[in-house]
Amino acid sequence: MLSLWSATADAFRLLLSGDPGLWEIVGISFGVSLKALICATIPAFVCAFALAFGRFPGRRLVIALFNTLLAVPAVVIGLTVYLCLSRSGPFGELRLLFTQGAMIIGQFLMAFPVLVALGHTALQSADVRAWETARTLGASRFKAARTLMYEVRFGLMAAFVVAFGRIIAEVGSALMVGGNILHSTRNITTAIALETSKGDFAQGIALGLVLLSLSLVLNISLIWLQGRGSLRT
Amino acid sequence: MNCSWLWRICCGFAGVVLLAGGIVSADPLRLAATTSIEDSGLLAKVLLGFTEETGVEIQAIAVGTGKALELGEAGDVDVVLVHAPALERAFVEAGHGVDHRAVMYNDFVIVGPNSDPAGIRGQTNAVEALARLAKERATFVSRGDESGTHLKERELWKTASMLPHGRWYREAGQGMGRILQMAEELDAYTLADRGTWLAMKSRLSNLSIAVEGDSRLFNRYGVIAVNPAKYAGIGYPMAKRFIDWLTSPNAQRLIGDFTVDGEVLFHPTTQDLP
Repeated sequence: MLSLWSATADAFRLLLSGDPGLWEIVGISFGVSLKALICATIPAFVCAFALAFGRFPGRRLVIALFNTLLAVPAVVIGLTVYLCLSRSGPFGELRLLFTQGAMIIGQFLMAFPVLVALGHTALQSADVRAWETARTLGASRFKAARTLMYEVRFGLMAAFVVAFGRIIAEVGSALMVGGNILHSTRNITTAIALETSKGDFAQGIALGLVLLSLSLVLNISLIWLQGRGSLRT
Repeated sequence: MNCSWLWRICCGFAGVVLLAGGIVSADPLRLAATTSIEDSGLLAKVLLGFTEETGVEIQAIAVGTGKALELGEAGDVDVVLVHAPALERAFVEAGHGVDHRAVMYNDFVIVGPNSDPAGIRGQTNAVEALARLAKERATFVSRGDESGTHLKERELWKTASMLPHGRWYREAGQGMGRILQMAEELDAYTLADRGTWLAMKSRLSNLSIAVEGDSRLFNRYGVIAVNPAKYAGIGYPMAKRFIDWLTSPNAQRLIGDFTVDGEVLFHPTTQDLP
């Protein structure tokens, strides 16, 4: 108990003293996860849109598939990416293994099903008449789709936040394909794993606190946005 | 009538719980061993040998030397099997451990890509070889996890009076097996204990030994019981028994006979060598 308190106190000291090593790790985590999410968002929402409003054979099967992918453990995605990028794998020539690029690919694959599944749910709740009205008023398909997405923007934002929460907190794939290399692929979660294995709990707790406060800020801003949205309607 | 049945069932249940508790509290020995012993496959053999001879179960966790000593210091394990002589002595001197004995040794090797871009293959001076790697800025993957291997590496850099940094020096913070895989993928050099290297080399077609045989690459494994005076719950008698067994001729023979692909990985010794 005593060591938990003293480690937490040390953690706050580290955070407040602006320890450059610590903040570099935080920066890497954010950079990688944001890049992965930005790459995934638009294709995933287009996919969700097609699943919500398109009518094609096997649609339900695809929806079930994406819902299943939500449960795939990060290490399995990590292993798949590792085997693909390894020098003996199909994309070995790219020499991406143990770089931030590899981590982005892993997190992209993890965020994609979350965005599709939650985006699909959000879009389903939209009023189809908005789409029909927009179309009869002469809007192009693209414009009508944009109107509809705007209608359910809070649902989509929630999908975005949940996906971000999943990938910034994952450790299995980041450790496997990133390699936990200092100044390059060491992010918050792999650093926590390492510091714990070294017995340096203060650094681990400090990084954990950063993760927690970040997700708190994200969720509060989401709720605040939703509150403002519901006031207007 | 009903009541007495209920009573009997309750008594029976309590009896079973007590019995089970009694069995569980015939505490297994808690051991923290370094990852190199686990990765090579020796740990499983040692555990089996001890349990066969004494009937005592061992709960072993494989962690780096630094973490193993931390676990010992916190009283979370009863005995540690590690390889960092300087840290081990400090551990005993600080009063955390007793009955410090040498168990076996092997050595470290510097492995690197077959193409040997820095041209260090065949050198017998490990320090000069490292200095050359730094000069050529050849990619080097470091354990970076305060393990015995990492401490040895830092000691060698210190002897070369260098502080490696830069893009060529990748501090990866993972276990030995993963580091060797990274070196394989990245065309990099690294320092590895011979045990893990021999156990894994069949899967590392791109790597081979570049430097070996320097006495500074020596790697001695020691065993220490956690000081029973510090914590009430420490299973000291069992830890002592484990240490006595490890240094007995039987266990020493078991260690010496352990081979992977016909190669001896660890040499038994009870002498504390320099």
